Amino acid sequence: MHGSKIPIWFFIGVLLVAYGLIITAYGLFELATGQLANVALARLHAPVWWGAVLLALGIFYMVRFRPGKAN
Amino acid sequence: MHGFVPASTASLPAFLLFSAEPLAHLRSLDIAVIAIYFAMVIWIGFYLKGQSNTSEEFFMAGREMTAWIAGLSFVSANLGSLELMGWAGSAYQYGILATHWYWIGAIPAMVFLGLVMMPFYYVCKTHSVPGYLDLRYGRGASTVAAISFAIEMILMSGVNMFAMAVVMKVVLGWDISFSIIVSSVAVALYVGLGGLRSAIFNEVLQFVLIWGGALLVPILGLIQAGGVAGLKTQIMHNMQTMGGGVAGDSYFHMWRDLGSFSANPMGVHWTGIVFGLGFVISFGYWTTDFLVVQRVLAAHNLRAARMAPIIASFFKMATPFIVILPGLLGLVLLQNPDGSRRQLVGEDVVAACTTTNGQVEDPAACSAAMSKTSLPAAYQQNVLNGVPGSELHSFNQALPLMMVRYLGPGLLGLGITALIAGFMSGMAGNVSAFSTVWTYDIYKALINKRGSDSHYVLVGRLSIMIGVAISIGAAYLVMHAHGIMDYVQALFSIFVAPLLASILLGMFWTRATKWAGFIGLLSGIVFSASLFMWVKLTPSALADVALSPDAKPMAENVFRALWAFLFSTIVIVITSLLTKPRPVAELDGLVYGATKLPTEEPVPWFKSEYTWAVVVMLIFAGLNILFW
Repeated sequence: MHGSKIPIWFFIGVLLVAYGLIITAYGLFELATGQLANVALARLHAPVWWGAVLLALGIFYMVRFRPGKAN
Repeated sequence: MHGFVPASTASLPAFLLFSAEPLAHLRSLDIAVIAIYFAMVIWIGFYLKGQSNTSEEFFMAGREMTAWIAGLSFVSANLGSLELMGWAGSAYQYGILATHWYWIGAIPAMVFLGLVMMPFYYVCKTHSVPGYLDLRYGRGASTVAAISFAIEMILMSGVNMFAMAVVMKVVLGWDISFSIIVSSVAVALYVGLGGLRSAIFNEVLQFVLIWGGALLVPILGLIQAGGVAGLKTQIMHNMQTMGGGVAGDSYFHMWRDLGSFSANPMGVHWTGIVFGLGFVISFGYWTTDFLVVQRVLAAHNLRAARMAPIIASFFKMATPFIVILPGLLGLVLLQNPDGSRRQLVGEDVVAACTTTNGQVEDPAACSAAMSKTSLPAAYQQNVLNGVPGSELHSFNQALPLMMVRYLGPGLLGLGITALIAGFMSGMAGNVSAFSTVWTYDIYKALINKRGSDSHYVLVGRLSIMIGVAISIGAAYLVMHAHGIMDYVQALFSIFVAPLLASILLGMFWTRATKWAGFIGLLSGIVFSASLFMWVKLTPSALADVALSPDAKPMAENVFRALWAFLFSTIVIVITSLLTKPRPVAELDGLVYGATKLPTEEPVPWFKSEYTWAVVVMLIFAGLNILFW
């Protein structure tokens, strides 16, 4: 964000990376152990791919908007 | 957040209190997700404290926001959790008609704000909507607007706080006071430290969280329902099974059945949707509401200020995917523990069937309430007998129920965090707006005109603390006097139409006079409040307000807004013609035709706000045709 040393997008990136790691890790745990959560469509393993999406977005924001690089 | 909350949510928090078992049980992963969010918002507040030491920085975020930041916070300030849950519930009840509040009820007004009105707000360097009224009409109209805004915002902050506490109680089983204390401390900290900049940062954060947390629900729901075609087929089948006065496919048509009040599930007419919602309420909110306009005023130049609402309009148009679609999916996918389809009911039915120790307190009242629904007789009997797994859930629980259905550990925490973020940014937005209106338009304008800049920043920070304290009081007041919710949420709809008339005439008619602005605004508010009380005290009066005996409660707001706008307009015009206008030279920067607008540097067509305005209007038109 213009005028701030650390852009808001960097903060968002940090948050998404944290969430992405937590959720993806849980998804991989489900895959490895076969213990699925008691929710509909658990067999689609949404935590794995949705967590990966969050993680990828978060890494993009952190790199693209890291302090000192962002406009 | 405030603005468009469907009528059904007026009693949302009150009746949610009567639910028994929490809908969801959080695991440690979910708690971690929520805790990380709170840590982040407070970290942002402390980080931004060093950049919020002047009044321009504290109240206007230094006017440094990019178009994207201003635009996302603009749409996010409106995208609160009460609205998310309420509109998902309305979609469950009324089908795709609820989308009108996101399309015709927003897009034309947002484009109008960006292209036509922003130059005046921006060029006159006002800090607020009452500030513009002060420059255009003088202190009288400005003070009426400021006091109305201040009261409305602080009460809405309390309503948000209470609504969040009740939702957390119902969904998670959290103690109400615990939720109120945690949320108010967090909001007081990050807004008190970082001012508007912190509120904006957190609104952008909330926007990302809402999409990240809620988007998975319609994706998985559509997969399970067999796509849009499968969803439509199942809804039509369910409607035939349930019976009712409206054809099932009315749930999928936005305009086809609006020629008659009785032909559509919502009981509205196209004239109310186009003129009442599409013009008066929509323009009144998106172009004059202090909270949302404040975000655009924080843009770093005029082009960014014009582009911000245009950017926001794209995201507003996409919001039905995460709000309306889950409500429609809930119609076919929500299940009882025995696998049968779960039907949601109105708040009044849930309240009539309150249970104690698993038994219905008033079986006669419960039975009478359920008889007006389409619940199967066997299920009604189970409810009366207190059979486990046969609890009643209200329409407004559609979204949390869908979250619980699809989201496992971690993902559920993210969904809940999205709801919490929505509530808290609503509180923060209202409190920061209250602080600005109080400090600039009431304290500085009427009490202490000669304070230093640092003095006003201190007043601003103190007013944040006081505002949060008043919000807590308002939250407990609503808890003990449930009917107040109706009145608090009606404040917006009472106020918006007269304000729109004042601002539009002030901005586009040089002849509008100071007395006209003041009298038109004040009398319009009184007129609108009178119509509201008339329908409240005499429900049959709705037929007169909406000009049809078939009109339903959802029609009341849109038609009342229309009449109040016309009334204010007539009063302003007549009063202007009878009083002395200001010289046109004094209206430079305030009125179209008397203002030399700054020339903007030419930019490539793909960076022009006009290009993207055309794109968004084409998409808007296309979607309305597609879902005709």
